[in-house]
Amino acid sequence: MKTSPPPINLLRRTFQATVAIIWKDLAAEMRSREMLSAMLVFSLLVILIFNFALELDIKARQTVTSGILWATFAFAGTLGLNRSMAIEKDRGCMDGLLLAPVDRSAIYFGKAIGNLVFMLVVEAIVLPVYSVLYNINLFHPGLLAVILLGSLGYVVVGTLLSAMAVQTRTRDVLLPILLFPVVLPVLISAVKASQGFLLAAEWTEIAPWFNLLLVYDVIFTAAAFMIFDYVVEE
Amino acid sequence: MIVVRSLVKRFGLKAVLRGLDFSVEPGEFVALLGPNGAGKTTFLRILASLTRPSLGEVKIAGYQLPQQAAEVRRLLGVVSHLPLLYNDLTAEENLRFYARMYSLPDETQRIGEVLELVGLAERRRDLVRTFSRGMQQRLAIGRAVLHDPEVMLFDEPHTGLDQDACEMLDTVLREVAARQRTVVMTSHDLARVGDLASRFDVLSRGQIVASIQRSQIDPDQILAFYRRAVEK
Repeated sequence: MKTSPPPINLLRRTFQATVAIIWKDLAAEMRSREMLSAMLVFSLLVILIFNFALELDIKARQTVTSGILWATFAFAGTLGLNRSMAIEKDRGCMDGLLLAPVDRSAIYFGKAIGNLVFMLVVEAIVLPVYSVLYNINLFHPGLLAVILLGSLGYVVVGTLLSAMAVQTRTRDVLLPILLFPVVLPVLISAVKASQGFLLAAEWTEIAPWFNLLLVYDVIFTAAAFMIFDYVVEE
Repeated sequence: MIVVRSLVKRFGLKAVLRGLDFSVEPGEFVALLGPNGAGKTTFLRILASLTRPSLGEVKIAGYQLPQQAAEVRRLLGVVSHLPLLYNDLTAEENLRFYARMYSLPDETQRIGEVLELVGLAERRRDLVRTFSRGMQQRLAIGRAVLHDPEVMLFDEPHTGLDQDACEMLDTVLREVAARQRTVVMTSHDLARVGDLASRFDVLSRGQIVASIQRSQIDPDQILAFYRRAVEK
């Protein structure tokens, strides 16, 4: 067996490939706007429907806000995740990525960061609209931190599972079935922590949920990094 | 350049490749012929490090697959019947993306050279979704040769192309072959590969059942050679 060359600049190459994938996803989405527009329209419709469906007083609104927001983000997120991986699969582009001489973690992180950016863009638009519709101030630093951590946890698992689901014929149906049970800890802790910040609860009440989010993000990022290679390989 | 010994690939209980032996010298252009379901695409995907073999040995330029897949990928250019291109990027952006994935040093100059090679320099700023199938396939070849690979794998590159597009594709393939690259190409189009390849191998029932050099056969006899090999 011929000896492999030393892994000179391996980290730099991985970083370069990660950035290239993020750039490619953003550039393609800027042109088509297929993913963002679908996620955004869906999210706005959901909060609008809830606004009409629930006749809420100010107290009730504060109680249900975190639940409505996270349900909206979770369902809109699946639309984005499905689309993001379908683009790679449908024209064989996933093979193009796998043929590149880079560590496959670059592919995972590139796709995951791209998905996170799309999700954060949708959230950045949905939050002010929700604030206006429900007359609630959502611009609390703690709440924004929870949204960031919750979205990160959702995306790290979602990117991995969408890479799995996209290889099946029933990918649109399969992704939510696989994803929601696994991200349940993220959704529960994100809802609880968000509610805590919205109701101005003590940090001691919020901290367990916030810490759970942090721990989930770290563990699942590491797990996804380790198993992505096996998921994408036939 | 390529050495394959006793290669077996199973999908569940079904063996697609059954102890296949195959070797290619540097600079050879091998046309891999065979009926549908013979295992040509599976074999090419194993050479491309996209599929793991079940058993057997695969070496490319001395590197063993799948253990040294990262080293092998740098040496390979792959063209399949799918273009592996992004519809919402321009021709130039697609090549720039792949140039970054391969960490090419002078990407702008190389992209210009490749677009000239495949005859798409004029359309460099057009979205790939506006390209015909033939143009997309030419750009796919551009993507595959971008990093100047030593080994090129073509999986039925003529599929879905009209006559003009096939001829344009052949011109590009001849230019690739003229650069002394090692080429393995699967195809159903015997007349077309007859002009291009330097050797013809027939893959049937998961094994190479016949092999002949171009110098040993009249181009008109390739079809008869193929039929005899498949019916053996």
